[in-house]
Amino acid sequence: MVLYGVAALALCMLVGMLIGDVLGVAVGVDANVGGVGFAMILLVVATDRLRKRGLFPKPTEQGVLFWSALYIPIVIAMASTQNVAEAIGGGPMAAIAGLGALAAGAALVPVIARIGGQSEPLPAMTEEEKAEA
Amino acid sequence: MDIIADVLERNGLLFAFVVVGALMMISGWLSKTLTRGRLQGSAIAIMLGLVLAYFGGINTGGEAGLADIAIFSGLGLMGGAMLRDFAIVATAYGVDLQEIKKAGAAGVVALIAGIVVSFVVGAAVAAAFGYTDPESMATIGAGAATYIVGPVTGTAIGASSEVIALSVAAGLIKAVVVMVCTPLIAPFIGLNNPKSAMAYGGLMGTTSGVAGGLAATDKRLVPYGAMTATFYTGLGCLLGPSVFYFALVGLFG
Repeated sequence: MVLYGVAALALCMLVGMLIGDVLGVAVGVDANVGGVGFAMILLVVATDRLRKRGLFPKPTEQGVLFWSALYIPIVIAMASTQNVAEAIGGGPMAAIAGLGALAAGAALVPVIARIGGQSEPLPAMTEEEKAEA
Repeated sequence: MDIIADVLERNGLLFAFVVVGALMMISGWLSKTLTRGRLQGSAIAIMLGLVLAYFGGINTGGEAGLADIAIFSGLGLMGGAMLRDFAIVATAYGVDLQEIKKAGAAGVVALIAGIVVSFVVGAAVAAAFGYTDPESMATIGAGAATYIVGPVTGTAIGASSEVIALSVAAGLIKAVVVMVCTPLIAPFIGLNNPKSAMAYGGLMGTTSGVAGGLAATDKRLVPYGAMTATFYTGLGCLLGPSVFYFALVGLFG
């Protein structure tokens, strides 16, 4: 059943968020620490085990894949609800601070990605994968 | 007209699907005709979304871009934190845990380096513009991390509301430029594999920026970038009002 997939996904996310919130309280900050990350690891581990036992059939999988496919549209909706007017209204100092943080961070990507050996680029996307996005 | 607007408002989420669908169609067409596919349709759609958000904000004076216009309010639900994080978690389905373990050390280093670098750059820019007291420097530095870390830090250490507003603006600018620039800079920084995506997520930290930027670059990288970015804001809120602020007080106080 498709809903089993959606429910499993939602459960992983809720548990992950809970861990993130508890961790936030534990370290004394008013923020969720890594909730999405914990939820992802939960989903990967749980579905992997269920699949191996044959408890995660194709229809159930569809419930997860549907939301994965909706990711880009959701991000576009998110972009259209950003507070761009205020960002631009912040003037040159805010812009330079934001841009500077991006530039300095981006420059470090090749350096840090080298830790633990060089990685191979992902293969080019197939036509099928492109159509999904 | 009133009847149409009423129906669209009552079914906001459904209208949001239609609006985003139309945006994606236009963007796909622009991508093919104007850039011959060089710039992905999703990258163009995100930019169009940001432009629309700008005009929405200008027209209403609100904080939620296009979603402040009543008939587009469904975009707020569709693009809000709940569904966004839900979809991000869904992209992790089928991810190889080995890849994450392999990149774990790089991810942790990236997180710490990302927060420190943003703080330092932000604080230096603040000082260059004449905000030389430790409270203002720490708050704007924290804003250069993310637009959540800025106000959390500013409130905790008692920065002025003007400085807090500037820190939010710095964080917003970062989120927006990360969304727009990621696909453009990706080839130059080797952003084409899970490990560099994890490093990128940790270095940038802005969940919305990384989520949008990687979506426009290569959707398969999203779960890796999001995995590290999700720790950033929490860690920033922890370090901003404490270690970072005290370091600035020690240096300039």
